[in-house]
Amino acid sequence: MSARSLLAFLAVLAVIGLLAFGLLSKGETKIAVGDPVPDKVLPALPAPGRGSIAEYRGKWVLVNLWASWCVPCRQEAPVLQRFYRRNRQDDTTVLGINVQDNEDDARAFLREHPTGYPQLRSVGDERSAAFGSTGVPENFLVEPDGDLALIWRGPVDDQFLRERVAPLIEGS
Amino acid sequence: MSFRCAFSGLLPDKAHRYVLFVLIAALVLAAPAVAAPAPQTTVNAIEAEVMCPICGTLLELAESPQAKREKVFVAKLVAEGKGKAEVKDALVAQYGPSVLALPKASGFDLSAYLVPILALAIAVVVLTFSVLRWRRSGRDEEPSASQAAADAPQGEDAERLEADLSHYDL
Repeated sequence: MSARSLLAFLAVLAVIGLLAFGLLSKGETKIAVGDPVPDKVLPALPAPGRGSIAEYRGKWVLVNLWASWCVPCRQEAPVLQRFYRRNRQDDTTVLGINVQDNEDDARAFLREHPTGYPQLRSVGDERSAAFGSTGVPENFLVEPDGDLALIWRGPVDDQFLRERVAPLIEGS
Repeated sequence: MSFRCAFSGLLPDKAHRYVLFVLIAALVLAAPAVAAPAPQTTVNAIEAEVMCPICGTLLELAESPQAKREKVFVAKLVAEGKGKAEVKDALVAQYGPSVLALPKASGFDLSAYLVPILALAIAVVVLTFSVLRWRRSGRDEEPSASQAAADAPQGEDAERLEADLSHYDL
């Protein structure tokens, strides 16, 4: 094999390798029920302070990913607030994580829709990516030991919380 | 010294009031212009260089609800007199580094940085080898003095050549 042929072969090999690497590394984050919840210490919303899901170990946590520009998130906020008020005595909490948003808009949203439950803020879509999120809102029920009990990629309403979320908590 | 004192005697009372009114009106109208900082960049210039991270397109092309809020955020900063770099820094602080129209330095996107460097390195190597080979072949083809003497016309050929060339002597 001549030097020129060898060079061409190596170039083709490099391109194929690059494409294969691309296909493997572009794979979306997949999380499933039973997996540990993706967690990270995040700034509290409103500032100051920081928090994480791990702080609520021993409690059921309904993690809600939301953004101020998302219309279903506005409809969902009072539903989650009611759920929080009803269940906070029973070792259950709701934890909002603001994603894909700017802080001013997020704060304005919370002034307009006071939730009462704790809120964290993720810069950009870093947390959405960690949760394998495809949009907002999305909801994740986390067991007291930190594993995912339910993944719901969409808004929740009273009926959903009553029929899908409450039985999991009560069944434990 | 009051306005009235400064102009007393120069203008009648009615004229004082008129001049005072005009001056106050001018100050009121000019105040916002003085207070508002001069824009250092334009909304369009920024929108052409940053992404709507959720849409995966340039902000200027995006029309999603998130993009609209991002545009409002940019417009606010531009109106505050922030420069292009400051606006981009603020966007990164709010929306993360993916807001910049730059590939990530990890995963497959890393190839956007590596491939040009690799291509340049290969080009340099290929060019160096080509130049070396060209120079070597040039040296091989260059005739030595003895070779040149051996190749020179001999005998009759040399005489005929000399005769032909003599026709062109000036």
